[in-house]
Amino acid sequence: MTQTTDAVTRSVLVPLEPGAAFELFTDRFGDWWPKDSHHIADADAAEVFLEARPGGRWYERGGDGAECDWGHVVEVDRPNRILLAWQLTPEWKFDPSEDATTHVEVTFNAEENGTRVTLTHSGFEVHGEPGAAMRESVGGEGGWASLMEIYKNAA
Amino acid sequence: MTTYQNGFSALADPTRREIFERVARRPRPVGELAEGLPVSRPAVSQHLRVLREAGLVVPTRDGSRRLYRVDPQGVAGMRSYLDRFWTDALAAFEDAARAEEDR
Repeated sequence: MTQTTDAVTRSVLVPLEPGAAFELFTDRFGDWWPKDSHHIADADAAEVFLEARPGGRWYERGGDGAECDWGHVVEVDRPNRILLAWQLTPEWKFDPSEDATTHVEVTFNAEENGTRVTLTHSGFEVHGEPGAAMRESVGGEGGWASLMEIYKNAA
Repeated sequence: MTTYQNGFSALADPTRREIFERVARRPRPVGELAEGLPVSRPAVSQHLRVLREAGLVVPTRDGSRRLYRVDPQGVAGMRSYLDRFWTDALAAFEDAARAEEDR
């Protein structure tokens, strides 16, 4: 069953070679990122950037010119994999400290009809013991019933 | 979506987080939750109210006692927020990749 601190994993198959998929995802991050709905600062994000090199920045720049960091690039293995440090707290505030960092790994694997892009966001346990405590809690009475309720509401 | 933000905001306070952890270990009454904490019992009640409004804990009845327990739906909501966040983001990426192919 799903646990609060489990990684979030999503994958899509895109009709591009791994190299092109990697380039679109990283170097041209601003071309596809849904910045109208997925931004951090109060101002609308005018541009978003992902610098695909170790230590590279991952940030947005608002219409007012103010920059707001999301995190940074940890490892790059073009065109196979990129590992990002997501340094936003659950309140969507940038926090560069180690214990507020979760990780987003994106892999690009060639398949017959294109490239399978798999994104894994993990490490939620850094946001406190509640996650770990919750793991025990949802395993008990009421856990499944409540999750099925969420599923039903979302469907 | 608000559940995710309220939930984690509610846990930003260390005392409140401690209270939540105690509740998460097992359902307890206010008096027991307050034991050993450097804050008054009314303050603990106040923290419980915030946790409750954030959808993290719910009060239940055990005979004449009022016990607080974790509301699994509220906590799971934080994670499901990111689930949706990345689903939307990757859908946008997929669209862009398809547009790329058609170019």
